[in-house]
Amino acid sequence: MGEPLLELRHLAVHYVSARGSRVVRAVDDVSLRLGAGETLGVVGESGSGKTTLALSILRLLPPAARVVGGAVTFEGADLLAKSDAEMRAVRGKRIAMILQDPMASLNPLLTIGDQVGEPLRVHENASRRSAWSRAGDLLRAVRIPAPAARLYEYPHQMSGGMRQRIVGAMAISCRPRLLIADEPTTSLDVTIQSQYLTLLRELQVAHGLALIFITHNLGIVARMCDRIAVMYAGRIVEAGAVRTIFNAPAHPYTRALLESIPRIQDGAGPGARRLTAIEGQPPDLADPPAGCAFHPRCAHAMARCRAESPPVLPVGEGQAARCWLVAEGTPTSA
Amino acid sequence: MTALLEAVDVVKHFPVRGSLWRSSRRLVRAVDGVTFAIPPGQTLGVVGESGCGKSTTAKLILRLETPTAGALRFEGQDIQSLDPAGLRRYRSSVQAVFQDPYASLNPRMRVRAIIGEPLATNTPLPAREIRKRVLALLELVGLPERAHDLFPHEFSGGQRQRIAIARALALEPKLVVLDEPVSALDVSIRAQVLNLLADLQRRLGVAYFFIAHDLAAVAHMSHVVAVMYLGKIVEIGDARAIATDPKHPYTRALFSAALPSHPDEARQEIPLTGEVPSPIDPPAGCRFHPRCPEALPACAAQVPELLTVAGRHVACHLYDASLAGPAARHA
Repeated sequence: MGEPLLELRHLAVHYVSARGSRVVRAVDDVSLRLGAGETLGVVGESGSGKTTLALSILRLLPPAARVVGGAVTFEGADLLAKSDAEMRAVRGKRIAMILQDPMASLNPLLTIGDQVGEPLRVHENASRRSAWSRAGDLLRAVRIPAPAARLYEYPHQMSGGMRQRIVGAMAISCRPRLLIADEPTTSLDVTIQSQYLTLLRELQVAHGLALIFITHNLGIVARMCDRIAVMYAGRIVEAGAVRTIFNAPAHPYTRALLESIPRIQDGAGPGARRLTAIEGQPPDLADPPAGCAFHPRCAHAMARCRAESPPVLPVGEGQAARCWLVAEGTPTSA
Repeated sequence: MTALLEAVDVVKHFPVRGSLWRSSRRLVRAVDGVTFAIPPGQTLGVVGESGCGKSTTAKLILRLETPTAGALRFEGQDIQSLDPAGLRRYRSSVQAVFQDPYASLNPRMRVRAIIGEPLATNTPLPAREIRKRVLALLELVGLPERAHDLFPHEFSGGQRQRIAIARALALEPKLVVLDEPVSALDVSIRAQVLNLLADLQRRLGVAYFFIAHDLAAVAHMSHVVAVMYLGKIVEIGDARAIATDPKHPYTRALFSAALPSHPDEARQEIPLTGEVPSPIDPPAGCRFHPRCPEALPACAAQVPELLTVAGRHVACHLYDASLAGPAARHA
């Protein structure tokens, strides 16, 4: 990879309580690179820090959050050093975001035409008339039937799948280079989810977009992504090419996650497959366990895991994991 | 094998509220003639998209709704015509676990009261005996003994779902309705709860009516799967057979849209155009025909009956030689 589109270096984001007595290490020493047109899946459970990671790229963190270290470089510029005005020129124009609940991203009082056209008016100084006509083209691009009529309608007149398409139309309106999608299909039905993922893939190819999927769903990663970063307790515990990681996960957490998913062809009754459950709960990030944060739930934990936090260790071609087993040269799949 | 629960042509229509000045005679045909049977100790999984009628069917089983027509029979008895004593027995034989363990547990009750309540209301057991049973139930669902003095907020989502399961099992029910029991839980916790439900079924012989939008979770848990579309069952039969070799075009499209479990999994997506139509004015004939990639002329006119195809039942004209002619599909 040449110059990456986006690069995070040792990013750390903490949430600090009002009195400063409680510090939650939501994102802890996270490094990753994303090339133009690539698709990265950031996978983790609730509280693993994946949404905080996305919000810190866009600098949309809530007031209690502090970036305490590291750097975010996008198109060669340090995003953390930009002024608020400079950052506004990045958001929606160079980096766009799609959230889980489309109703929360749409203003119920404005027409679809005004909302889809808004980024064009803000970033490209388009007139209202030209913004509306381009909004019509965008609705066509996201396969909304009868786009010209839909421009005059309001969000409540659309179905969930259509609203999410409209949010997608807004996101691509200024031809961004990077699109961050945070659980974009969780609220959609299976067939609508599939249509939407196909649409995102088409938009990605048509516009040369880089995509970051923030999700807890490994199926989305298997279907959509080139690379995967697995987060646990604020850290990336394993990263690499999707195929490599699905075939040979190095971190016990990744492996357990992959084995915990039911498969379509399972079925109950005689010969039923038992799922591998990860016992216990994810840790409290205000008081994480010493050493590797996963050790209390890890079947392979050693004395070293309880004492020392593992660094990022290379596993193979483009694969790396934070696990002492890698240092010992013990593949967990053995 | 005699069925534990049997549904025969069950229909549930809801009237659409009219405007302030005009009453409306329109109906939402939420469930429109479904027939299925759950044998003791087995799981019937129901899949289908929003508005297909799966949750309404669950409410009919729980007697939270009254069917417009048709009958639900539990151990041979119509559940609508039970006498008060029979109804009490039915209510303790059929329990439910819902999606959101944050909403289904009273935050002001201690766990021992939550799990003990069905026992205190339905049995003459003394307090000492109830306490013993609650501790046994906690052990059964894998919660520590000390949990019994705590409040729901002191537990994580997965643990709360275990409390809800313990409460559902307190009266040793024969059937538990599971409405999206794991969708609110984190990935690593889902497998814990699904395994627990499967273990409990093996140990206690309880039957499940399992609803989830996650096709893989339903297929994993079920002996029999029913696929619903706009209030009708379009395909019903052995879970593995349906998941690996679906016959109805809707089932095929639905399972082809499911996310792969591995990046190398062969995908042949059958794209569906448009969205599910409104159950207020469902399409005539086969309700799926406007979106069906293989629709025949007869599909718009005639409602397909369930036919036996390859060991399961499919409601589709493609398998009816008299309508599809020489192109009719066989097993």
